[in-house]
Amino acid sequence: MKQLTSILTITLMCLYSCAQQEPSEVLAETPAEINYVTEIVVPELNIPWGMEFLPDSSIVITEKTGTLIHFKDDKKTIIEGLPEIYVRGQGGLMDIKLHPDYKNNGWIYFSYGSANGDGDGGNTAIIRGKLNGNTLSDIEHLYKGVPNTKKGQHWGSRLEFDKEGYLYFSIGDRGNRDVNPQDITRDGGKIYRLHADGSIPEDNPFVTESDAKKAIFSYGHRNPQGMVMHPETGKIWVNEHGPKGGDEINIVEKGNNYGWPVISYGINYSGTSFTEITEKEGMEQPVFYWVPSIAPSGMAIVDSNKYPDWQDSVLVGSLKFQYLERLVINDNKVTKREKLFEGLGRFRNIKQAPDGYLYAGVEGLGIVKIIPKTN
Amino acid sequence: MKLFKLLLHFALISSSTVIYSQENMLQKSIEKGQEIYTDFCMNCHMVNGEGVKNTFPPLAKSDYLKNNQEASIRGIKYGQKGEITVNGIKYNGNMTPMGLDDKEIADVMNFINNSWGNLSETIVTKEDVAAIKKD
Repeated sequence: MKQLTSILTITLMCLYSCAQQEPSEVLAETPAEINYVTEIVVPELNIPWGMEFLPDSSIVITEKTGTLIHFKDDKKTIIEGLPEIYVRGQGGLMDIKLHPDYKNNGWIYFSYGSANGDGDGGNTAIIRGKLNGNTLSDIEHLYKGVPNTKKGQHWGSRLEFDKEGYLYFSIGDRGNRDVNPQDITRDGGKIYRLHADGSIPEDNPFVTESDAKKAIFSYGHRNPQGMVMHPETGKIWVNEHGPKGGDEINIVEKGNNYGWPVISYGINYSGTSFTEITEKEGMEQPVFYWVPSIAPSGMAIVDSNKYPDWQDSVLVGSLKFQYLERLVINDNKVTKREKLFEGLGRFRNIKQAPDGYLYAGVEGLGIVKIIPKTN
Repeated sequence: MKLFKLLLHFALISSSTVIYSQENMLQKSIEKGQEIYTDFCMNCHMVNGEGVKNTFPPLAKSDYLKNNQEASIRGIKYGQKGEITVNGIKYNGNMTPMGLDDKEIADVMNFINNSWGNLSETIVTKEDVAAIKKD
């Protein structure tokens, strides 16, 4: 009897302390054959966090350590003139994005860790500037998250424009899970929307709420490191890191609350739970959640004619399992998942370039181009 | 004789105070190091220092950490790139510097040196970290 009681106690303890998790509804498969291969186009990079493709086909690359690289005619040139980059934990020099009308106005947008302002530490900042030879000039400061903190986590930082020319960016919860994401008077755990010049759109969802951060477009996010405009619908899609399990894909809508950390499919790294619920009224369900976590970063939706096998697929880099994930999504429901190029390295970024080809930033390797296999 | 006893007594007390305060220092450093670990390292090296096989090397019972203290500090300070062998498994990853100061690196070293079955006889100080230069 004594033994039975102790077994019961242990079982009960485990039920309470070790949270149970529902695995993803669709599991990732290794395809029998892939009709595409990777080819290194920019070698030897550490963490190529962001990349952009200039009209002359050269590539501008942000290295997380703070270096801005212009790759042209097989040569890397360092671009000077960036503000001081605060490198701490997951933060540093992050994303880069061209203005949709870059050809005529030359604006390039950056997100990075900045120690500007009061207090120790730093937070995510957004600037734009123009490439002038090997220097970045005409720098304008568009946004800076507050307060500064020495926490190393969750800077968000992906940049994207929509069809109407609004600029979107993410700031993660900055390691302050229980304070930032659900509070619209604070930065962190948000997707933001600005005009291209940094001004706040009059129809942003919280412009009339007193004390609210007026640049907020949606909230309740953890750490979105992938963001892309859907080429057909024009909606902003994001993927975000969960803790242990609970990475998500979300379609960002004005004023929505995506629930972090009130609802989540994830648990603490230690295995204990921080919430008992996965859904709640007034909070959005993700299009898809990953359990276990793949640590998603970067996002692309394939609509070029170069990849007939992958039409309309959503591609997401996996930092944890070192592959590129292909998701087939019909009517906002995932029906298939594939692991591509397993073992190549930590996929930090994936983009469809103006030339129609897909390029991926792989940590420690460089930038690879995905091309059809020749037999 | 009495004087000798007295002196011995003092010597014992003072030496045990030194040992005690060193232990205390180590304990404090480990506590701070645990916070740093949770913030900056756990994402990849996991909650019990077990790492992710073939991707992120383990720190728990790691022969590499035990036998390569300098290289380990250098890795945290300046980044770690290139092939290393940890507990018989080859890792060829890329850890970039985390932006930690010398004191924070000393603290996190003391934490990982004394957690998950690891035990170190020496305490890492911020001076030790400051003395380690890039290759």
